[in-house]
Amino acid sequence: MKNTISARVADFLKNYPPFNEVATKELENLSEQVRIIYKVKGEVIFTIEEEAHPCFYVVHKGAVVLTKEPNDEVVDLCDEGDIFGLRPLIANENYKIGAKAYEETILYAIPIIEFKPIIKEYEAVGTFLIESFASNTRNPYSKSYRGKLYEGSTPTESNPLKSSELLDVQGVSYSKKLISCSENTTIKTIATTMTEKRVGSVLIVKDNLPVGIITDKDLRNKIATGLFPITTRAKNVMSSPVITYPKKMTVTQAQMAMMKSSISHLCLTMDGTPDSEAVGIISKHDIMFELGNNPAVLLKAIKRANGFKKLKTVRRRIMDLLSGYLEQNLPLTLISKIISELNDACIKQITKIALSRMDAPPPVKFAWLAMGSQGRSEQLLQTDQDNALVFENVPDEQLTETRIYFLELAKLVTKGLFKIGYEYCPAEMMASNPDWCLSLAEWKDRTFHWITNPGPDEVLLSSIFFDYNLAYGDVSLVNELSAHLFETTERYPVFFLHLASGALQSPSPSGFFRSFLVEEDGEYKDFFDLKRRALMPLIDGARVLVLSHQVKSINNTAERFEKLAELEPNNEELFLACSYATKALLKFRTKQGLLHNDSGRFIALTKLTKEEKIKLKRSFKTIKDLQELLKIRFKVTNLLG
Amino acid sequence: MDFFKKKRKKHYPDFWLEYEAKFDKKVDYTISEIRFVVFDTETTGFDYDTDRILSIGALSIKNNSIPINDSFEVFLYQHFYHAKNIEIHGILQEERQERITELEALIKFLEYIGDSVLVAHHAGFDRNMINHALNRHGMPNLKNKFLDTSVLYKRTLIKSPLLHVKPQYSLDELAEKFDISKKDRHTALGDAYITAIAFIKIVQRLKTKKNFSAKKLLK
Repeated sequence: MKNTISARVADFLKNYPPFNEVATKELENLSEQVRIIYKVKGEVIFTIEEEAHPCFYVVHKGAVVLTKEPNDEVVDLCDEGDIFGLRPLIANENYKIGAKAYEETILYAIPIIEFKPIIKEYEAVGTFLIESFASNTRNPYSKSYRGKLYEGSTPTESNPLKSSELLDVQGVSYSKKLISCSENTTIKTIATTMTEKRVGSVLIVKDNLPVGIITDKDLRNKIATGLFPITTRAKNVMSSPVITYPKKMTVTQAQMAMMKSSISHLCLTMDGTPDSEAVGIISKHDIMFELGNNPAVLLKAIKRANGFKKLKTVRRRIMDLLSGYLEQNLPLTLISKIISELNDACIKQITKIALSRMDAPPPVKFAWLAMGSQGRSEQLLQTDQDNALVFENVPDEQLTETRIYFLELAKLVTKGLFKIGYEYCPAEMMASNPDWCLSLAEWKDRTFHWITNPGPDEVLLSSIFFDYNLAYGDVSLVNELSAHLFETTERYPVFFLHLASGALQSPSPSGFFRSFLVEEDGEYKDFFDLKRRALMPLIDGARVLVLSHQVKSINNTAERFEKLAELEPNNEELFLACSYATKALLKFRTKQGLLHNDSGRFIALTKLTKEEKIKLKRSFKTIKDLQELLKIRFKVTNLLG
Repeated sequence: MDFFKKKRKKHYPDFWLEYEAKFDKKVDYTISEIRFVVFDTETTGFDYDTDRILSIGALSIKNNSIPINDSFEVFLYQHFYHAKNIEIHGILQEERQERITELEALIKFLEYIGDSVLVAHHAGFDRNMINHALNRHGMPNLKNKFLDTSVLYKRTLIKSPLLHVKPQYSLDELAEKFDISKKDRHTALGDAYITAIAFIKIVQRLKTKKNFSAKKLLK
């Protein structure tokens, strides 16, 4: 019986191949037999050699990673709308690859019995499934076939997990949104179009056939030099004839072609000759993106992303980059600079996208603040989002209305952050919460209250908020708020005492016999809480010391310690050790997080090598020394009592 | 005891006796073996006595899996009809949905739910609505165990002085928290679906807390 839910499933499926080939009625009937399955992150869907399920799967939400023996090598990552687990459909045998939920995932299980008649009826469906099946088992070209069979469907998203060895066989993905002009278009119009569409080249077509191409380089060499006026026609400037290639090209082939003719753009046509219709353009940038992991390319990709889904793909590449850097053992200072830069760009882009989706421009100036680890540029892995928003003071009667606007905006931004992988803050410390979306005057009042009434909650709030960093928007608002904070803390120095005692509240990392102290119950029983027991004491310590020195605009913990070493030569050794320990622990956490696809906060001690344990313990000594210094300096012993 | 039971049973129609009999077997507390039925009712209003059920939508969940062919959706004939509800529920009397009587709907619903654990958002309301309908037809109240996602959700929240826990969380808020599409909101089955996904995610979160057990969940 057709119902609301089966209609909803059909509505989803019809957007993705091969279901887009199937008639509505049949798709609706099929949808009534679908099972909706929820999988937690990391949960197994099927393993290698497991008996085939009576169904295959479509990813509705989340992502699924397919792995192959030996060593659980990653074969593919399936995103929303991708199908997998096709073996039982094609061959009557056990699974040859394993499938696991890469994120929290919702799957549609399509029963094979119900689906078989559809394959018989629609030839294209069968072809597509065979191609997809082949692609999951690493058959060359299948990725590009995917696009070939379904012209007009969404362009193939590039696969984020491919290894370089695949480049020789993997089809190149190209932009299908072809920007073209006629021979008589003026250069001025062309340049405007290129700027608007943010592309580096325009194809010149005549009767749908490619006759020439104009790139950024042509504009520079021929127009800017004065060789041609800006009013000249495309035909005078374009490079002609166009070098064309068939669209079924591998990344390596495309790269070779560009090198051979020393050009930066390839035109792809239906049959590879200039006498057939152009279907796409591959730019050097596209190739670079395929080749991967280069911060400049990723940065460009972030800026070009016009939707959250695209950003999510880029984010995964950033994670690849991060793991590559850690493997090469680059200095953490450098790694965190680059990754933070990229993370920052993502937040900026999300805010931009969110702004473009609002009905009206912001009524007044505002600033989006990243708090916590992100504010300190220490967020290498995706963790929870902590953010706040400050907007310019407005007259009282406009306050409600203004806040409503910014809350609406914040909702879009936090949702975007969620979509690309930042979990919502469990304590609701987000700009979408009216408590964290305030005018400048309100923020001043609120922080004044924290500083002058430092109870445990106020200290906790301060310690989260005071590491804020401008992520997007107006810098003058932030400067004014910072100035206010320093002024107030100077007038109420007792606040430091409370902040320091807060910093000493973190539980000790090791016991009396220098053994690790592990969690006693809950989900992470017997795990070591690296964040709370080791990183937090350092972070909190650095904050209070730096604030008491009135040092502005250094948020990063390691950098704060370096600054402190400079300010207090007599404690130089300790502070440098703290800086080192912070970096070591952060690197350690990041490695653990990448290994387990989580935040890296909790560590299974049994899985550590002896060397790693020794390293960790060495940093504990530094933490103890720092805590002693805090106790003495801010005279907090009596408070702890 | 037996005497009373027999005497009472005589008054009830077969469908109720069949439903009742399903509760005779012992309860299994393996969470992956429990059949949960997540349901929602759309009604003409909030008064249990004067308002009536417009539609019931329900889905079953077992081991985090929702088979669509085991879902339930009925629309009822309406004699009581409040224009103000149309705006919320979008159910128009003239709409070409196949309609059945209240009694038929109850019979089908009892057959569908059996002894499953019932789940709803603000479950008290839906439970009372169904119970009042049952009572009108001379039947006692539902015998199933009930879970309320609005109560369960609050248990997933962290205990922090910084988090202000609201007394109530709407289904819309849950949908946003758990990134569930709000399509088909305010149809009984659409809301049941949102509730079902939220329920699965909530239980997942509760499982990570210490001392979680299915028995405790169902207490």
